[in-house]
This record gives sequence, structure tokens and C-alpha cells, in this order.
Amino acid sequence: MREIVIISGKGGTGKTSITGVFAHLAKNKVICDLDVDAPDLHLLLHPSKERVEEFHSGYEARIDKDSCTQCGVCAPMCRFGAIREDEDGFSVDPLRCEGCKVCVAFCPAEAVRFTQKHCGQWYVSSTRFGPLVHAQLFPGGENSGRLVMVLKQQAQEIAKAKGLDLVLCDGAPGIGCPVISSLSGTHLAVAVTEPTPSGMHDLERVAELCNHFQIGFSVIINKCDLNPDEAARIEAYCLAHSYPVLASLPHDPVFTRAMVKGLVVTELPETELSRELVRTWTRVEEMARRVP
Amino acid sequence: MIVSVASGKGGTGKTTVAASLTTVWDGPLVAVDLDVEEPNLHLFLRPTVEGREAAHLEIPVLDQSRCTYCGTCSDLCQFKAISVMGKLVLIFPEMCHGCGGCLAICPEKALSPGQRELGEISWGRAGGAQFLMGRLRVGEAMSPPFMRLVKAKLDEMLAASPGDAILDAPPGVSCPAVNAVIDSDVIILVTEPTPFGFHDFQLAWEAFAPLGKPMGTVVNRAGLGSKDLYGFCRDKGLPILAEIPFDRAIAEAYARGRVIADVSPQLRETFVSLRGVIRDLAGRSRPGEVAHA
Repeated sequence: MREIVIISGKGGTGKTSITGVFAHLAKNKVICDLDVDAPDLHLLLHPSKERVEEFHSGYEARIDKDSCTQCGVCAPMCRFGAIREDEDGFSVDPLRCEGCKVCVAFCPAEAVRFTQKHCGQWYVSSTRFGPLVHAQLFPGGENSGRLVMVLKQQAQEIAKAKGLDLVLCDGAPGIGCPVISSLSGTHLAVAVTEPTPSGMHDLERVAELCNHFQIGFSVIINKCDLNPDEAARIEAYCLAHSYPVLASLPHDPVFTRAMVKGLVVTELPETELSRELVRTWTRVEEMARRVP
Repeated sequence: MIVSVASGKGGTGKTTVAASLTTVWDGPLVAVDLDVEEPNLHLFLRPTVEGREAAHLEIPVLDQSRCTYCGTCSDLCQFKAISVMGKLVLIFPEMCHGCGGCLAICPEKALSPGQRELGEISWGRAGGAQFLMGRLRVGEAMSPPFMRLVKAKLDEMLAASPGDAILDAPPGVSCPAVNAVIDSDVIILVTEPTPFGFHDFQLAWEAFAPLGKPMGTVVNRAGLGSKDLYGFCRDKGLPILAEIPFDRAIAEAYARGRVIADVSPQLRETFVSLRGVIRDLAGRSRPGEVAHA
């Protein structure tokens, strides 16, 4: 079984629109949306949820007003500035609480309660392109690499159970915790970039991250005609580092038109762009087969 | 006044707005890049860097000779950063959140503070403004503790030379994004009226509304997608502070690293007027919330 993750570093490069196209074109796969913070793939795939699970992760401290003796031991010990004192006494700001349990352990009156946090939901759904594993963290909550791991594991189990040989993942922007979890154990990362200063800069950072974790890395340059000079610089950079450039796609509002219809570009009447996307997918598949 | 420029979806134009506001700002200002995973503001403001320093998180270091293997530290650690197995103590620095609990609780004082590098903080000047950015070390998973250190540096800079700050926040609606905007006086949400943009915008509103800060919307690539965004803003009482049209010429100027406010007199006027609207919005206190001076 192979796992491919589409990432971008910079947001808004077209990662999800392109993942949607690949979800349409790939055969025998499980689709997985690993952008658990701001997922969008479901807007193209219209999943019907078949399984809904709660996601619990970490703990949250809460001061029981009746037991609190106002001694103030907890506040200076909290490294996260989460303990406030006002006219009602001490309380924990849930948005700042890291769940480290220090206040719980050091409260002489045992007045701090410590409860597990319900952080979001995850789903197994069916879509017109096949099974989809996805999630939604509650806005404002903790962004969790652990939830990303849960989704990947589910997707692999489904693939095994149904005899499917590919897990196709939409990753998250950035290079932090959820992205690192997305890349763990993956065969091939495909970075969608754009020829802008930010696109180039962020591409270098995700490439470095993939090298750090020794993951196969390849690149799609989207909106390549916005700045042909920068696109050429990206190509030269990829060549110098032996990162295959799998496609250079034009800036085309058809991606937005498809999105408004809730479809992917290859479901619209055929154009040169959609033919190029089909060729691109063939190259991605070929790459995924070749990496160790 | 601290102004956060945030968005749910990435790539909606946060950095474009933060850079343009910086160039038209009319008083002392620190422009801060808090998108520490992928900082981009410097690519547009092109600051001269005057200083840089590594930022560290405090992690435990074991003094084997004092340890009695009692396991009190590993029982407390919620992040699986210490494990005690028989007479073996393993510390996993990359799992540590820096809460300091193990150091405080060890009955033998066998743990002392060490350091893990989170990233690099750099500062300098960009035109008339001061500039500050954090760049997370590649391979480092935790951005919130690093962002706290960048913000501590900002407090230092504002204490030395008082003024306003514009924060370019990370995308998303979870922990890092909320951490970025939590201490600001006003939040500007930059979005685009596409289905993805609108969907993530609603999540962003849900995440940031509980902070009780004055909030407004900048619509980028106006004219794309649909009108749903405008109805939502009306219903939630979110003012539309500015609209930047969908225009290939703007996208091309951005792709060449230009600050959008410098592209045409009309665009400059858009950001000058946005500056005024932001000041009005910050001055308008919400019930139970006192705006800063």
C-alpha cells in the first residue's frame, strides 16, 4: 500500500483543488483530509457520513471555587499565563491552558479539577470518489497531530479491509505539528507551490522538512504564468536539489468555478488544463510507485 | 493598539494586507510576523535586520547521581517527555512543552533547566516601521511557545518605543492562530468569497468571536465566488472594512514581491481608509471590554 500526501507550506496555492482532482482520477484508494484545522476537501466531495466519532485529547484544568482557599500558589507556577485573578478569585483561562497539570499537582487544597477535553469529531464517509476519512476540530481548540495520526490509521485500516492500495491525503499548510504528523510514514509528499516570493520561500521550508524526515518529495507549480521568472527560479531550485517537477499549471479561474459548483476540474467539460491534470496524476502515481 | 491580521484559510491575503497597512501607517509601528511556520512578511517589507537571537524552551536535564528513580516526574508529565523504567530515565526533549512541572516536583532536585531551540527571532527596520519576526526551526513541532517568546520581544520593543503593532498571524483557527491574536485590541479577518474561503471564514469567526475583541472583515479577490460571505457578515454584525478586487494585475504584482498599496493610487487609498476604519473599530469598545488607549 502507498500513501501520498499533498502539502503546500504556503496556504492558498491550490492544494485542495488539486487533491480533489487526484481523488477523482485515482483508482482503488481511500481519501483522507488531514487538514483537521480548516478542512475544505469535503466542499468538493460532499461526503455522507457513515461513522462519527468524538476526538478527545489532552486535559484542561478548572478551579473549583468552593474548594479554592485563594492561596495563590498556582498562578506564578503556570508558565502559560492561564491563571487569572479577579474579584471572583482565581480561574483558568481555557484558551491559554496547556493541560500540563502543574496547578493540579501543587494546589495545597486540591481545588483544581482536571478533565479530558473533547476537541472535535472525526468521520468515515462515502463519496462519489470512494471512502473519505476526515475530521473537524472545534474552532479555537488545540490543533492536534494526534488527530492526524488517528485519521491516517483509520484510512490505512479501511484500505486494508477493502483491499485498496492507495491512501491519498490532503495535508495542512505550514511545517508544524499537524504537518509533521501528516508526513510520518508517508511514501511521497507532493508540494503544490506558486511562483511568488512566499511560494518559493515556503517551498524551501517544506522541502527541508521532508528531507529531515527522509520522505520522497516532488513539486507541482500552480499558477505558473503569474510570474514566469519566479517559476523558472523554482524549476532551477528543484533541478538543483533533484526534486521532480511533476507539472506546471496555469493560473486558471476554472478552479474557482468548479469549486463554486462543488465539483473538481476534471468533472467539467474537457480542456487542455484538465488533460494536463490527468497527465500530472499519471506522473504522481509513477513517482509513488518508484520511491522506496 | 495591537492589530492582528488573521484568516481561517491560508493564502487569502493576510500578508498582503499586513504589508500594505504597514506602508501606509501614520505613526510609530512595529510590523510583526507571527506566522512562524512560514513567515513571509519580510519578503514584501524587505527589512534591514539589526539583530537576531535564538529562542529556547526550558526543558529538564537529569543529574543521574541525585535521581532515585521514584517516577514522580514522569507521573506528572502530561506530554510523555520523561519516562522512568527501572533504573533508566529517558527524557524526550522534543515532546516537552516547557511547563516546568518536573523541575518543581522532583523531591531530590535531580532535574535542572536545560534548553531546546525553538527558532530564531530577528528584528530591524522596514521603512518608517520597526520589524520583528519569528522563524520556527524546521523539524520543530510546537509553534505556540515560540510565538509567546516573539510576543515577549514585541512587548520589550513597545516598552522602549511606544506605538502600534500589526501582527501577521498564522492561518487556521486552532491553537497557534488563537495564541497569535489573543492579546490584540482588534482582529482583521482577511478572506476571499470562494466556497473554501467562506467555509474557513465561518470557522475563524467561531474561533475568534469568544475572545470578545472588535473584529472586522477585509474581502480579498472580491468578485470571485459568491455573495454568501456578505450575508454572513451582515448577520453576525461583522463590518466589511475593505474590499480588494479580483484582478490579475494585483496577483502578478504580488507574485513579483510588490506591496499592493504601492501598485496604484486607488489601492493606496483603500489601505489609507482601512487604517482609519481600524482605528475607529478599535476605539469602539464592546460590552464588558475596554479598548486600550
